[in-house]
Amino acid sequence: MMTSQAPVHTPASIAEALSLRAAHPEAWLLAGGTDIMVYLEAHAIDPPGFIDLWQVADLRGIDAGADHIRIGACTDYTAIIDDADCQKHLPTLVEAARTVGARQIQNRGTIGGNIANASPAGDTMPVLLALDAIVELQSEKRGLRSVPLADFYTGYKRTVMAADELIAFVRIPKPSAADRLHFRKVGTRMAQSISKVVLGGRLRFDGDTVSEARLGWGSVAATPVRSTIAEQMLVGKPLSAQSISDAVAALAGDITPIDDVRSTADYRKSVARRILRSWLETLAG
Amino acid sequence: MKIGFRLNGAETTVDVTPMARLLDVLREDLRLTGSKEGCGEGECGACTVLIDGKAVNSCLVPVVQVRGASVKTVEGLAEDGRLHPVQQAFIDHGGAQCGICTPGFVVAAAELLERDPNPDAVTIREALAGNLCRCTGYQKIVDSVARTLASAEEAGR
Repeated sequence: MMTSQAPVHTPASIAEALSLRAAHPEAWLLAGGTDIMVYLEAHAIDPPGFIDLWQVADLRGIDAGADHIRIGACTDYTAIIDDADCQKHLPTLVEAARTVGARQIQNRGTIGGNIANASPAGDTMPVLLALDAIVELQSEKRGLRSVPLADFYTGYKRTVMAADELIAFVRIPKPSAADRLHFRKVGTRMAQSISKVVLGGRLRFDGDTVSEARLGWGSVAATPVRSTIAEQMLVGKPLSAQSISDAVAALAGDITPIDDVRSTADYRKSVARRILRSWLETLAG
Repeated sequence: MKIGFRLNGAETTVDVTPMARLLDVLREDLRLTGSKEGCGEGECGACTVLIDGKAVNSCLVPVVQVRGASVKTVEGLAEDGRLHPVQQAFIDHGGAQCGICTPGFVVAAAELLERDPNPDAVTIREALAGNLCRCTGYQKIVDSVARTLASAEEAGR
């Protein structure tokens, strides 16, 4: 064990955090620490400084508006799991949150921290993609700007976040009654394991016709991704054996899994096809 | 950096590197060696402590983040020389074998019982899913937690 000797800035407000961020663009933002502490222990990172957001109260909490639910970036997963509005409107987010590590991790891990960490395997990212979540970035100079999560990642562990920005909130449109939601995680066990494949889904129906399709995936590409080609195969028609097969076949053009310590590319492709088919066939009845 | 927090009910101040792991500060600076290091990466739960009543892996918490918080370790579960009911239940029902994981299990179980004094087996298994044991096969641990309330009532605690 070798402890990082880097200085830690400890803002108490968003304004203070933003001003520290502008003054120390090289410092890493620290939220619940559940990823950063692991990287430090493994000597995988050596940041020159940290800005600890844990005690910035304004970055925590869940606000349910008429159309959106807005979650502070430093809100931990237990708070999301326990929140009545999230349970009612965002059941797949709650379901996904319950698979993030186990209780000890859920008590500490934050939604904003997971988004910023940019792991392709984050359990909640596919669900947030399916729900059209919007990341609210804030800086001292430019204030707030909204970036759809689907546009947030630019490559493996790379995001559109500028050096003076932090993630302040995540805004999630409330699904409508015409939406069907889905979450499926495949890993070695329910708790703790990092996923082999994750699917977050949302289909909106206009009568029998699929009017909108969102398929968010984890662990099948360098970033959390949507399978937009497969989505298009489903839109504008009722779910049928044909449209389901077309969507499942189209996945090959959407996802680019790799062999790694947790699984193989072939297994991931096969599982992705099967869990998509399984959900769509259940919906089609 | 000077960091003040409540530790097992007593105001405590340590002068440590802010990114030091809470686990190391507890074990090495404060000589509370009940919390164990198993994996050092948040997988095994042997280092579980309560921060403001919530179970966390102390190997993943930089000590700077406990400023002003209340930390409870396995050493702080017993009150007035009497074991916490879940500690007594582990003894009564054989919930420990080699013992290295036991402090983490006991602390995680104490958090659960605070929320739900009479949990069913599924709830117990979910609450303890972040703790690994290589001896017991878990059944005795689940039994111990499930019988905590009953044992405590029987003993008149």
